[in-house]
Amino acid sequence: MIGTLVKVQRMFEDSCLGAGYTLDVLVRAFLQMGRVRHKRRELLDQLVLCTLGSLGVVFIISLFTGMIVSLQTGITLQQWGQEARLGFIVSVGMCREMGPVFTCLTLAGLVGSTYAAEIGTMKVSEEVDALEVMSIDPIYYLVMPRVIALGVAAVALTIYSDLIGTLGGALVAKSRFGVDLGIFLKNAQDALVLKDIYGGLGKSLVFGVTIAAVACSQGLRAGQGAAGVGQATLRAVVISFIFLLLFDYLLTWMLY
Amino acid sequence: MDAILEAVEAPEEGPQVAHHEPVRYQELVGPVAVELCDLTKSLGGRVVLDGVNLAIQKGETLCIIGGSGAGKSVTLKHIVGLLKPDRGCVKIDGVDVTHTKNGELDAARRKIGFLFQGAALLNSMTVFENVALPLREHERLRDPEIRERVTAKLALVGLEDAGHKYPAEISGGMKKRAGLARAIIRDPQIILYDEPTAGLDPVIASTINDLILDMQKKLGVTSILVTHDMSSAFRVSNRIAMLLKGKIVKLGSPAEFKASEDPIVRQFIYGESEGPLTKERA
Repeated sequence: MIGTLVKVQRMFEDSCLGAGYTLDVLVRAFLQMGRVRHKRRELLDQLVLCTLGSLGVVFIISLFTGMIVSLQTGITLQQWGQEARLGFIVSVGMCREMGPVFTCLTLAGLVGSTYAAEIGTMKVSEEVDALEVMSIDPIYYLVMPRVIALGVAAVALTIYSDLIGTLGGALVAKSRFGVDLGIFLKNAQDALVLKDIYGGLGKSLVFGVTIAAVACSQGLRAGQGAAGVGQATLRAVVISFIFLLLFDYLLTWMLY
Repeated sequence: MDAILEAVEAPEEGPQVAHHEPVRYQELVGPVAVELCDLTKSLGGRVVLDGVNLAIQKGETLCIIGGSGAGKSVTLKHIVGLLKPDRGCVKIDGVDVTHTKNGELDAARRKIGFLFQGAALLNSMTVFENVALPLREHERLRDPEIRERVTAKLALVGLEDAGHKYPAEISGGMKKRAGLARAIIRDPQIILYDEPTAGLDPVIASTINDLILDMQKKLGVTSILVTHDMSSAFRVSNRIAMLLKGKIVKLGSPAEFKASEDPIVRQFIYGESEGPLTKERA
């Protein structure tokens, strides 16, 4: 019994330490952003990795998300003869919720894990120590460009996801329920207000920055050897998912 | 300190390469470059360093020897500020760098070059870019100036033709030499070597030893080596410190170590399988 309590206490302490470290990394990365022009090349490389590397997966996930939302809600709306309203539901759902959340879950899996593994490997092979010995702050050199890149990429990919998802919904609305594309888009246009779009993009920015901070801090805290890197990668993805859903709830509650 | 100085002035024994010998210690006696004061550190509940006191003179090459887990690499990491001691301090040129702000630590690190055991080259960069990195980050130099300085250092370590290669494309010995070129690119006053000859064939190891001696002779740097390689320790060092269980159990010249009757020292330097060290481990 006491052993279990001690384990729980240690887990709680580790979690608090980890959260504190991640917050510290994020604040230090923000403080370094004034020097971003010195890291233009690294920033560009990271942007290419985040956006082009995720484009295909985000396309498939967004397309099917829009199609499924359209299909599920369309079946219900059809019972009331309201299937013409599908454009309203699909567009608002994609922009407010599904676009940002599914895009950033994808980014956490694809890019967050890459960041944690990359920086974790550098930590294990003493490359991070080497940077410190050369008086090069690893937060400035490794974390800051990644935080900016993933924040920007999350917003850009969410716009892309919103469009693809809405398109997917429109395809199902037309093929399954016979809703004309023009009516679907007119409905979507009438339903969407700027707050829906900016709110969703704001969420994406927060999610992207959070994923980068979590992944980089887990990489910097990686234990020894390949196992340490593997665990850091796993933790980065799991913690990112949890934070993402938590922040999504809080932001939705605040915004709407 | 006087006892140390008398000890290390004893003549060298054993074979030496004629054109590569360490500078005699009496020529070096001067101000202290690095001082460890009561350095104590525990890691994972185990005392790794237990009140280590050591002073390294400017221009001296000191070798730290000891078994695995004796605290050698931990000592180096304290000197360069990668670890903070639980008690005690590290002084670089008389300045305590363990209880300073980041700016002061950076100033101290400016004086230090560090050759990591695995060289710790950034794998995403070529050898040239690795060596140029400290210059690009800290000095406002134009590309031709950077190219000139990097090429000169690569030539010094015999890697003038390998600048375009990535770390994954070169051998362990070449990585060590590239790491050394990066460590000396900003002309540090102190160079720390963590196992510089580990895992290298005898010829490459000898080349690395020559480079360490050249650093002392040509650049007048203070060097601190951590090694298991006793032939390297005897060849390049002015003094040797032996760590055991976090304490320095012997400090003296290579000649003193060779002549030592201490069974612990003898077992370690001659690599004997039977002796007090084996009994302690058992």
